[in-house]
Amino acid sequence: MPVIPSPARVTQQSHTGGVGTSAPRPDGTLKVTGEFAYSSDLWHEDMLWGHTLRSPHAHARITGVDVAEALALPGVHAVLTHDDLPAATHYGLEIEDQPVLARDVVRYQGEPVALVAADHPETARRAAARIRVDYEELPVVHDEASATAPGAPVLHPGRTDRHAAHVAHPNIVHRQPVLRGDADAAAATADIVVVTGTYDVGMQDQAFLGPESGLAVPDDDGGVDLYIATQWLHVDQRQLAPVLGLPPEKVRLTLAGVGGAFGAREDLSMQAHACLLALRTGRPVKIVYNRHESFFGHVHRHPATLTYEHGATRDGRLVFVRARIVLDGGAYASSSPAVVGNAASLGVGPYEVPHVDVEALALYTNNPPCGAMRGFGAVQACFAYESQMDKLADALGLDPVELRRRNAVSQGSTMPTGQVIDAPAPVAELLRLVRERPLPPERAWETTDPATGARTVDVRALPGGLSNAGHGEGVVRGVGYAVGIKNVGFSEGFDDYSTARVRVEAVGGEPVATVHTAMAEVGQGGVTVHAQIARTELGVTRVTILPADTSVGSAGSTSASRQTYMTGGAVKHTCEAVRAEVLRLGAERFGWGERHTLRLADGKVVTAEGEVMAALVDVLGGEAVDLELEFRHRPTQPFDLTTGQGFGHVQYAFCAHRAVVEVDTELGLVKVVELAAAQDVGRAVNPAAVVGQIHGGATQGLGLAVLEEIQVGPDGRIRNPSFTDYLIPTILDTPAMPVDVLELADEHAPYGLRGVGEAPTLTATPAVVAAIRRATGRALHRVPVRPEHLVG
Amino acid sequence: MDFLRPADWREALAAKAAHPDAVPLAGGTDLMVELNFDLRRPARLLDLSRVGELADVDTAGEGDTVVLGARVPYRDIVERLRSPLPALALAAHTVGSPQIRARGSVGGNLGTASPAGDAHPALLAAGARVEAASVRGSRLIPIDDFFTGPKRNVLADDELIRAVHVDAARGPQQFAKVGTRNAMVIAVCAFSLALHPHTRTVRTGIGSAAPTPVRARAAEEFLDGVLDEGGHWDHGRPVPPSAAARFAQLAASACAPIDDVRGSADYRRHAVAVLARRTLHWTWSAYPAPQGAASCA
Repeated sequence: MPVIPSPARVTQQSHTGGVGTSAPRPDGTLKVTGEFAYSSDLWHEDMLWGHTLRSPHAHARITGVDVAEALALPGVHAVLTHDDLPAATHYGLEIEDQPVLARDVVRYQGEPVALVAADHPETARRAAARIRVDYEELPVVHDEASATAPGAPVLHPGRTDRHAAHVAHPNIVHRQPVLRGDADAAAATADIVVVTGTYDVGMQDQAFLGPESGLAVPDDDGGVDLYIATQWLHVDQRQLAPVLGLPPEKVRLTLAGVGGAFGAREDLSMQAHACLLALRTGRPVKIVYNRHESFFGHVHRHPATLTYEHGATRDGRLVFVRARIVLDGGAYASSSPAVVGNAASLGVGPYEVPHVDVEALALYTNNPPCGAMRGFGAVQACFAYESQMDKLADALGLDPVELRRRNAVSQGSTMPTGQVIDAPAPVAELLRLVRERPLPPERAWETTDPATGARTVDVRALPGGLSNAGHGEGVVRGVGYAVGIKNVGFSEGFDDYSTARVRVEAVGGEPVATVHTAMAEVGQGGVTVHAQIARTELGVTRVTILPADTSVGSAGSTSASRQTYMTGGAVKHTCEAVRAEVLRLGAERFGWGERHTLRLADGKVVTAEGEVMAALVDVLGGEAVDLELEFRHRPTQPFDLTTGQGFGHVQYAFCAHRAVVEVDTELGLVKVVELAAAQDVGRAVNPAAVVGQIHGGATQGLGLAVLEEIQVGPDGRIRNPSFTDYLIPTILDTPAMPVDVLELADEHAPYGLRGVGEAPTLTATPAVVAAIRRATGRALHRVPVRPEHLVG
Repeated sequence: MDFLRPADWREALAAKAAHPDAVPLAGGTDLMVELNFDLRRPARLLDLSRVGELADVDTAGEGDTVVLGARVPYRDIVERLRSPLPALALAAHTVGSPQIRARGSVGGNLGTASPAGDAHPALLAAGARVEAASVRGSRLIPIDDFFTGPKRNVLADDELIRAVHVDAARGPQQFAKVGTRNAMVIAVCAFSLALHPHTRTVRTGIGSAAPTPVRARAAEEFLDGVLDEGGHWDHGRPVPPSAAARFAQLAASACAPIDDVRGSADYRRHAVAVLARRTLHWTWSAYPAPQGAASCA
């Protein structure tokens, strides 16, 4: 196979490196030295290059398509439009509303209209430019008012999806209320302090560094092999097979090197397109988006408008919360329904509130489609409810941390959905940890020579950084706090499971474990963790991780902070079954009888007292024990459509942040000086990776607070589709991030662990904004905060 | 696309004369981005990487003038020319990332002539001259006359930029920029100020706040008058706050900014005023004798 081999095939030979150790990542050095093979590096002799022609309009009728000139270009092997699709014409994660190629209408700028395969990427681009598409522009629906106005264009007429019946307008994808107690009656009671606010969250991009790319290789059996950077191989396969008109077993996927995901690879991008071109031409087809195309090629985080009303007693006990959360889902549903479920059910935050009236909904508009991004509906809500908690603290004359502490949930608390939190929920403790940490020194950017009195400043440590915008003039410090709650795993009754195949055998006189899953390693460190689990459970040192592909059962998505819990759990579960089988073989071979206290350690079967019964290789002889098993978390329930009640979430994760910022109050420039976190992770399976996740999540949250926004005009067009103007934090924007990790076991989870990756993304944003409010005295209802919001 | 690779300056000028549509390529930090994103498809590229003299810095020439070769990278300006060209060195340090600073050059900045080019305000404040050449001969263009519109300059089709002539600083100079990120950011606006004690004048440069880089001439004239009348060049005492505020206000009124994804017009005017006031304070604090002048990393 002349395809670059998957970098996931790694043998990890470190002798220590079980659960609880900071085993090094097998892909770490390769990535740092630039040797890691990403999906954009895939190569096949004889391959063609695919290119996508996209709509320049946010909403238009297609009145004609002429591909003749494109086909006539030498080097072009195929041009495909909607009319060439062989089977199913639409796909989608939750609702199959997205055309593989637009037929008569385009609903967002950048929607795919036609495909070209050519022998050179430049030829493919030139050919695409020769396709003539006639458009008749249509009115653009771009916000709640325009989407639900009388006579508004209905973007998806004739909906039959499972949400269509319960929404008030066909341009609403899904609406979820959550009702508990009687918020209206509570609001009418006397002697309640009430604060209200409306908050806006801009459209954030996942900004992964490896653009969408993959290679489709047609097979002699009529099927296709797709090498792809994705988050969930089997959900891609499930969507691709009907589009290609093939049975699933003929659509085989192998994970290629993934350069980040953060939710943006949950939906299909170029997968179907590359496969269609490969099957049409009989040649391998590679598609790689460039950075500009990538901004149009994946979903973004839902922008949101959130209206909140909090009421509390004078001594700071929350009495009621009323909220309305409007999420802009853009042109297609993607995962909007699940995002709505999260925003609604987590909408009041990690607080005990007796009376709740929350509704969340997602709109269909002609803006870019929005879907999964780290934090998934909980990010938007957290910015609003934490802004409200600060506002309430001000109104009550209470310290903001003290107000949070008084209302914090703990184990045994009931969520607004009626779900009782049946695992540790140390919210007050997390707040205490970040509060009690010493503050970083003031004016660290300034030094004075004791001899001469000469003052020097280090601009790198000042707002504005290298731009030399200031030397300390008007710099004011602020400190802000936030705490948040995020669900782990797929919720609302979804049958969420992972599969692992584990084999143990003697190789060269040494026991070796091989772990095979379809888990997408997107940088989260799952391949490291799987080897750690196999070492711990099987007592071996040599573990081989096979490339992820669809020849083994589904591992579910690398999202929702779920993979260490779920596929890690599957590896553990299968290792336990393999171990039981090894011990049974041993009992058979050595006649040690039914002994339940035996375990595997250091390549041997040992008793609880440490007595060695046999070497593992002698137990195995020439045989291998090889099992493939599924693992499920405990079942959840859908939320009731009118009350939002239900045991909807598998597990909750909690993180608290304290942000220290310095603001140049004359220019409105912000320097985040420190972002201290405290998070409960249940069990740190790999402590270094846990801290890395908390750092990464916090940095992405900081980006939303002060930098990152896809700016979309009222015409539905993206105004900054480049890393020149979509700004993500550099190292000078990224502060010191001390972390306190708590390990309070969740008895329902493997090793007691708790998903880590998303909770810190929630809290960094409101903590940074709270600190900016403290520094500037400004109300700040919108993120990202821009310099012009802070001056004038 | 033809790729022309002249071996020396004479060949480069001949090639540009033969192919006036050829686009010069030096560091490629502007041009390659445009090519990669298919924003521009010139028929010919003129690669200047083999023309060695464009990478020369001549500080021994006429008087105290630095002759900066067109493709001397920003990194070298930061590392080697901080003393004779303080404003330009500060500006160079704000350009992109270390990788970009290792390739990008002032010649390229001038060729692109973007209103956001980081070098321009510093060149305006210093009073630089652009040495343009063609097979017809060479000329020195005062920087004030160089920019003619957004991404347009005064160069003829057959001309190439050989060097920039900048007088070594005889007084304090500053450059300050506003960007929404703390590094690797295009200017929302920028301001540069140079004191020229030998002529008892000041010069300014504004970036990203008008269709071209511009000087704040009214602000300069006002400040020249204040400094002269108050005897500041002699006694070195600070400029009165009211005069500094007026200077800042006049700098802001020299702007003709737009609203765009990077910032609003109002914010740009406001920020230019703040930068004008600050750079005046910084430069004047360093005059006449540098006494622990605020240094920049």
